[in-house]
Amino acid sequence: MRVTVRLFARLRDIAGAAELARDVAPGATIAVVWAGLAREYPEFGAYERSISSAVNADYARMDHEVREGDEIAFLPPVSGG
Amino acid sequence: MTTPLLSIGAEPLRLDALVSAVGGDGHGAVVSFLGLVRNHNAGRRVRYLEYEAYQPLALNVFERIAGEARERWPGVTLALHHRVGRLEIGEASVAIAAASAHRADGFAACRYAIERVKQIAPIWKHEFFEGGDVWIEGAIADPEDRQARAEAERVACA
Repeated sequence: MRVTVRLFARLRDIAGAAELARDVAPGATIAVVWAGLAREYPEFGAYERSISSAVNADYARMDHEVREGDEIAFLPPVSGG
Repeated sequence: MTTPLLSIGAEPLRLDALVSAVGGDGHGAVVSFLGLVRNHNAGRRVRYLEYEAYQPLALNVFERIAGEARERWPGVTLALHHRVGRLEIGEASVAIAAASAHRADGFAACRYAIERVKQIAPIWKHEFFEGGDVWIEGAIADPEDRQARAEAERVACA
C-alpha cells in the first residue's frame, strides 16, 4: 500500500524533497516507514532518538499502524517562537 | 473581518488584532507577548530567519495549547498567531494575547502558551547568519510529555 511522507526542515534538505510517496507492507508501523527512509538517507540516522511523527496532521507514536493513503510526517526537533 | 484566535501564515502579525479578538466585558486584563527576530544568536550575526511549519498540525497544536490553558486557568481566552516565511530582523514571529478576569491568570497563561509553542509546535527556524545558515533544532516535540507540560506550568507561575 502507498503512503505519502512529509519531511520538514533539515530532513527535507537531506532528502531533497518535501514530499515522497512510498510503498509499505500492510500492517507496517510509522517506525517501519522511518527505517526505510533511514536506509535511503543515512544522514537520517542522527535523528533516530529525536524524531517526532504525525499521521494525517495529528501527532502519533512510532508504533502506530499506517493505512493506505495516510500522510506520515517526520519532524526534527522544533524551534518555533 | 474578524481575527481568528489561532492562526499560522505568512502575513505580518498585528498584536492589536489579537488584543481585540480576546476582548470581553468580564475581562479585567489582557497580557500580550511578541516574539521578535533578533540580530544575534549563539555568537552569530543573524541576517534573517526563514520559518517553516507543518501548518495543519501547528493549528491542531495551537488548539491543544489553548485547551490546556483553559483547563489550568479557567476563564482565560487565548489568541496565538505564528508567522512563517522570511522574516527580517525586528519583525514579529509570534504574537500571543491572553485575557482574564484578573491579571495573574493572564500573565501565567501568556507565558505558558509561548513555552508550549517552543516545546511542541511543528515550526522550525532556518537561520541565515554572516558566513552561513543553519536549521535550529530545539525541543523534541512530544505533546504527551507530562514533564515538559509541568515545566511550562512551573515557568508560567514562577
